[in-house]
Amino acid sequence: MNTSTDTTGAAKAAPAGGTGTPGPGWFKRRVIGTKADVVPRITFAVVAFLLIVVAPGMLTAFRLDLLAKYLVFAIVAVGIALAWGRGGMLVLGQGLFFGLGGYVMAMHLQLADAGPGEKPMFMSLTGASDLPGLWEPFRSPVFTLVMVVALPMAVATLLGLLVFRSRVRGPYFAILTQALAAAFVILLVGQQDLTGGTNGLTVSTFFGLDLAKNSDKLTLYFIVLAVLLVVFLIARQMVKSRYGQLLVAVRDGEDRVRFLGYSPTTVKVVAFATAAGMAGVAGALFVPIVGIISPTSLGIVPSIEMVIWVAVGGRVSMAGAIAGALLVNFAKTELSEAMPSGWLYAQGLLFILVVAFAPRGLAGVGDWWRENRDRFDRFRPGARTAAPASGAAAGEGA
Amino acid sequence: MSTDTATAAPTRRDPTAPWPILQIRGLGVTFGGFQALTDVDLDARQGEVHFLIGPNGAGKTTLVDIITGLTKPTTGSVRFDDVELTGHKEHRIVHLGVGRSFQAATVFEALTVAENLDIAASFRMGLRGLLRQARGRRPEVAEALEVTGLHDVADRPAGALAHGQKQWLEIGMLLTQKPRLLLLDEPVAGMSPDERTRTGDLVRYVAKDCTVLVVEHDMDFMRRFADRVTVLHEGKVLKADATVAEVQADPVVQEVYIGRAKDDRNSVSRAAAATDTTTEETA
Repeated sequence: MNTSTDTTGAAKAAPAGGTGTPGPGWFKRRVIGTKADVVPRITFAVVAFLLIVVAPGMLTAFRLDLLAKYLVFAIVAVGIALAWGRGGMLVLGQGLFFGLGGYVMAMHLQLADAGPGEKPMFMSLTGASDLPGLWEPFRSPVFTLVMVVALPMAVATLLGLLVFRSRVRGPYFAILTQALAAAFVILLVGQQDLTGGTNGLTVSTFFGLDLAKNSDKLTLYFIVLAVLLVVFLIARQMVKSRYGQLLVAVRDGEDRVRFLGYSPTTVKVVAFATAAGMAGVAGALFVPIVGIISPTSLGIVPSIEMVIWVAVGGRVSMAGAIAGALLVNFAKTELSEAMPSGWLYAQGLLFILVVAFAPRGLAGVGDWWRENRDRFDRFRPGARTAAPASGAAAGEGA
Repeated sequence: MSTDTATAAPTRRDPTAPWPILQIRGLGVTFGGFQALTDVDLDARQGEVHFLIGPNGAGKTTLVDIITGLTKPTTGSVRFDDVELTGHKEHRIVHLGVGRSFQAATVFEALTVAENLDIAASFRMGLRGLLRQARGRRPEVAEALEVTGLHDVADRPAGALAHGQKQWLEIGMLLTQKPRLLLLDEPVAGMSPDERTRTGDLVRYVAKDCTVLVVEHDMDFMRRFADRVTVLHEGKVLKADATVAEVQADPVVQEVYIGRAKDDRNSVSRAAAATDTTTEETA
């Protein structure tokens, strides 16, 4: 939360010889943490319990599938929170990276479904004679898994170096990313022989898992959950590190950072590429859960929706972004079932409400309440006098 | 330079440091036809507090921008410790030992005071080191907290600081980087007399191991804390590397500062146009 608590923690831990040593104060220090850590840690434990034990036991296979999809979206959301909330880069085109990861995975799964030496099914419909050279390397599962992360990160790094070096920022950057997502969709639709066009790519197995079997779907659910945990921990480590502070510093005063001897381009590229990598992983997991990836799930509209989840959940908080992705998508499903055309209006209203009344999203409501409590107290008899303002605007909670 | 300079000392010449660590020669810059700086020469020696004064629009901040790499000069050179600074990227120049502050104090308001200082102090760290969590307080950060008097507010967000404290924090951040040349752009603007004195003492402290170039409007502040003074006027050096007494006695400087109100704007631009043609001839 702040350096002073970390300092005391480290000072105590050091003479004990390493962080993992169970000593008298070990449980309190490592598990319960400081006073500020208690609420987040309890929340984390409760949510983990719900997702690991309660959800698989209580939900039908259909609902668990939906939950798995929301968790995949949460992986994208964590990346957006890092790039946008912490780094100030409004990424309006995460569909691009989501799509890159998704198509890489779908290509491999289609080849795996077709069998060695065979072509994917859709290619016999389009009349291609040979497997295109672009597809060949994706027969290898290892290459595929590497590319799921590496390809979006490489594209983002290249893009970032070009864009950030020429000091493109703010709305210009946002529009640029969005245009790229749109261009990617046009490319996919145009290269029908290579990509399946608007139909996209369908898959039926995932590394030996049969996606029609409920027990295998449960395994997939746990894989998604594990990946989300890893992604969350990576983002949390980045946010809490010096790099995380530097990222906030670049967001708030890029010139000051530059004249402190850092290259803001590097700082931003790292966050942007990490967010892209997370979107790529999410896209790759989206494929087996939904069974298909097509341009409709990664164009401009889906890309904007991704940002809305994070805005609703709280863009400076990684946990808030996850909550936002889960809640908004849950609401979308529920409302669409009850009133098919109502969701668009509800989503618009939700976004307006968040922008107008809770700019820090759900995760910022607590901070907002603490800062404005005395305003409401004024109207009550025996009101307390102005409370000292507390809490940094960065919202330190990971 | 001796440590007794920490107290507000009268102006003096330092004969022990004849070799200027900062050498600016023939510097000129044009912004879309406007000659902002013309043939500027400036020397600053190790450990001196060198003031750069002049009326609004004299090109003081432009000069700082050129030294730190923000603006590229049209002509001339800036040599610091025998390294040419022009042409380097801003963050490279910082790594060569040149730090700067901004006219409006720029600190990271969402971070705490200690975090601001820690980030500044970590500027030589690689990405792998930066990705680790900060543990403990570096000695440079502790020193900066002590010197700037911000020790009690170390864990408060920098956004909650008063105006003067933000300026000190910014200077403190630069101090943690152990620069050899520090450029301060109007460090006492908007400060109370008390705060000015404290800022001056801070500048004196910094100058123990560092050359300080201060851009200032405030003549009183200059009188109290300057070793050497250079006066700029309309992009040209009016008085180079003088003592405070010399500057105060100079009738031309007096004219520029006091007779400034009589100037009409047109004559300024006409003069600028005239210098434009003369530099082309000399070049």
